[in-house]
Amino acid sequence: MEIIVCVKQVPGTSEVEVDPVTGVLKRDGVASKMNPYDLFALEAAFALTEQYGGTVQTLTMGPPQAKDVLLETLYMGAERGTVLSDRKFAGADVAATSYTIKCGIENIGAYDLILCGKQTTDGDTAQVGPEMAARLGLEHASNVLSIQEVKDGYITVIVDLEDRRQTQRMELPCLLCMEKDANTPRLPSYKRKCKVQPAQLRTCSAADLGTLDENKCGLKGSPTQVERIFPPKKNTDKTLHTGTPEALSNILCEALAARKLL
Amino acid sequence: MYTKLTQEDIAYLARVTDASRVRAGCEISEDYSHDELGGVSHMPDALVRVMSTQEVSDVMRYANERRIPVVVRGSGTGLVGAGVPIEGGIMLETTGMNKILELDENNLTVTVQPGVLLMELSAFAEAHGLLYPPDPGEKSATIGGNISTNAGGMRAVKYGVTRDYVRALTAVLPTGEVIQCGGKVVKNSTGYSVKDLLIGAEGTLAVITEAILKLVPLPSVTVSLLLPYDSIRAAIETVPVLVRSKASLTAIEFMERDTILFSEEYLGKRFPHTAAPAYLLLTVDGNDQAVVERELGSVAELCIKNGAWDAFIVDTQERKDSVWSARGAFLEAIKASTTQMDECDVVVPRDRVAEFILYTHEVAKTLRVRIPSFGHAGDGNLHVYICRDALNEAEWEQTLTKAFDLLYGKAAALGGLVSGEHGIGYAKRAYLSRAVGEEQLALMRRLKAAFDPNNILNPGKVV
Repeated sequence: MEIIVCVKQVPGTSEVEVDPVTGVLKRDGVASKMNPYDLFALEAAFALTEQYGGTVQTLTMGPPQAKDVLLETLYMGAERGTVLSDRKFAGADVAATSYTIKCGIENIGAYDLILCGKQTTDGDTAQVGPEMAARLGLEHASNVLSIQEVKDGYITVIVDLEDRRQTQRMELPCLLCMEKDANTPRLPSYKRKCKVQPAQLRTCSAADLGTLDENKCGLKGSPTQVERIFPPKKNTDKTLHTGTPEALSNILCEALAARKLL
Repeated sequence: MYTKLTQEDIAYLARVTDASRVRAGCEISEDYSHDELGGVSHMPDALVRVMSTQEVSDVMRYANERRIPVVVRGSGTGLVGAGVPIEGGIMLETTGMNKILELDENNLTVTVQPGVLLMELSAFAEAHGLLYPPDPGEKSATIGGNISTNAGGMRAVKYGVTRDYVRALTAVLPTGEVIQCGGKVVKNSTGYSVKDLLIGAEGTLAVITEAILKLVPLPSVTVSLLLPYDSIRAAIETVPVLVRSKASLTAIEFMERDTILFSEEYLGKRFPHTAAPAYLLLTVDGNDQAVVERELGSVAELCIKNGAWDAFIVDTQERKDSVWSARGAFLEAIKASTTQMDECDVVVPRDRVAEFILYTHEVAKTLRVRIPSFGHAGDGNLHVYICRDALNEAEWEQTLTKAFDLLYGKAAALGGLVSGEHGIGYAKRAYLSRAVGEEQLALMRRLKAAFDPNNILNPGKVV
């Protein structure tokens, strides 16, 4: 199986501050790391190639230093990595991002399966994966809990629909967005790290992706206009009640009912 | 011998503290009759949730006059029965004294009440860019309990143990007087170090009511390596090699696959690698990414040269959680895997760890009992658990006695000691005299009598 896993570099901590005046994320001095959700997609890919043969390659879009996360995928078990990096790609919303990555995938060539994390910890939209599938004309499934089997050109997966689980049989190639904790991601290997060759990584600019329409990329190609980003107001108001469990549960019940939460 | 508590005594306790914080007889939850050690339990006659040094002093003075035994309890996470009121009497619960009183960034100290939990203190320090290095597995233990057992934990290899971070203590003597020992000072040669006597005294000499602790700057980079090995011998025998290489390691833990599998089952979470029979888990910290990476590289090379299959990099929060949460759950996981267990928390010289662990395997075979273990290979402190499984009461008692005799005997022969960090408490007293000798034990008893002439504070423990 030839598998492409899409990954993203995100801020290393979930406690990123927003500048209250400009509404811009304060990224200075914040270390970055691989989007944690992508680790489950990677592990699913490695497990599939271990079972069915084939190779895993990885793809990301971002500034030049985004190649660090691709290196990490090589230490974990990927064979090759491609970073789509160009100033023209900057400021992309989900539509422009999914378009650019779709062009990157077409540039890579033949594949049987595309795997993504369910969402990213910085954007949190969970839209890029499904949008890419739509652009590529592929079937897709989100919130995939497990991959059951690959047989005769079809893949069977179990999808979490919150109130129930659904088994889906999909024709390959297709795109899957893996659910959090779908598996236990393997750790990067020091031995693999020592063996990595520069040729395993490739950087692609807009010009390298021949068929790409620059008007659909980056800020220019993004229909979403961000008006304002602001940190939500924090509320630490507390009310402390004491008493017997019976009295306390009555107080709690009344308080919830008063706020129309019950 | 001791006076049985009367209604009058309970009324006094309510008067000097608060009636809402005093419980007696069947109002007290069964939880207060034991700690995490199985096999020893006794209910206190009264439970007082103390809130201040003054309250503790009032209770102690009264209890001393009336010859009522007093036992102090934090979270009750001890493992040797030190917090069990085996003579009944009054139990002072310190969990209400849980304020962080002051952070002194000029002196890098934090002043806390004894009921502050270890996890609260470490989170508080980290939020201020500082580190409280002692790192025992049980994060819900109180600082008072950590000081009373001189708890160590996983970072001891580089940073030392609780004793190294206690600058000053406020304590109430069994006779009710309040003493202050130590201070916000780095150096101290002012007379006998009473503070150091109270640390590790397991609540037998005085009641700690406030502590000034030392903090260090929080290292900005912390990375661990998980190293799989063919055997526990191969894994542990790398440790002296690492020590000799002068690598600056923060933690060196060893673990066997069985223990990892128990913790997987207990947590319902898979460990990232379980193919190898044994593992080392090493940590390097520092403030310069490049320096830490260089150090990790040379450590990884050295381990691979000494038999490690690979060196897996544990660098992000997710990866740390997946590995260290399993490590943190080992004790509870082993406990959940059996009907009853008892533990042996020996400490041996670092170059004898492999020998000791292989000996536990031998003992397990000879006595036909399961003895899983894990521990701090880097500081020689091992946690060895004898599991009861299907043994009946008589067989269990017999097996346990034999196993302890063999294990403590071996530890002594290797130049080790009975307890590295859990203490002597009630359960390990029989082994104390063997470890320290009669003369030293007699000296300890004279010290105890000097602090507590009527033997009312945590009687029947340690000495």
